[in-house]
Amino acid sequence: MNRIVTGAHYGLRDWLIQRITAVILAAYSVALAGYLLWQPYLDYDSWTGLFSSQAVRSFTLLFLLCVFYHAWIGVRDIVMDYVKPTGIRLVIHTLTILALLLYGIWSVEILWGM
Amino acid sequence: MDKKRPKHLALYLIKLPLPGMVSILHRVSGLLLFLALPPLLLMLQYSLRSIETYTQLAGLLAHPLAKLTLLGLLWAFLHHFCAGLRYLAIDLHYVRDLALARGSSWMVIAASLGLTMLIGVKLW
Repeated sequence: MNRIVTGAHYGLRDWLIQRITAVILAAYSVALAGYLLWQPYLDYDSWTGLFSSQAVRSFTLLFLLCVFYHAWIGVRDIVMDYVKPTGIRLVIHTLTILALLLYGIWSVEILWGM
Repeated sequence: MDKKRPKHLALYLIKLPLPGMVSILHRVSGLLLFLALPPLLLMLQYSLRSIETYTQLAGLLAHPLAKLTLLGLLWAFLHHFCAGLRYLAIDLHYVRDLALARGSSWMVIAASLGLTMLIGVKLW
């Protein structure tokens, strides 16, 4: 009988996503840091002015969604390493996913509800 | 040769090598940043919603304890950022031997601490 319990490379997709999101996070962070350094005096008007641009909002949402996916893979790995009882692990995984999904909805509200 | 079994390792005497230090700090900083997501999102919301919430937030963040917390998070971000770049370099096979592994680990620790202090001084 030929049973495949877990396929080979089943972690490759997450491994790759972890790195792709990391590159996007780094690029956005450097861009934002550059803008903040460029802008010597930051006040409410210039800050909201920046976010009034549709492109900035979209890239910020993309950044945040990448943060949440990146965080999911990282937290999942940490939990898999240190939390052995299946029940507790399942609860933490579920709460993490729910929290991150809510953060995603919240992010849209923040960026488009201002 | 007569081997003494069982072996009792003095775990507190075993030093974590530097790349291991960077690795565990990568985890710790990542977890810290994950846990800090709700307050950080709340800060973004307050900074954008209205001039009232913006000034309210600015007042809150003027507190020394808030500044210290933000500085800690800034370090967590910078360490995670620098260590992350190092891992990407490792994935691309740029770190080939022990000397490079140690040297780049020192660079990660020094760069993240240095940048934290630099930005901290500037913001304070």
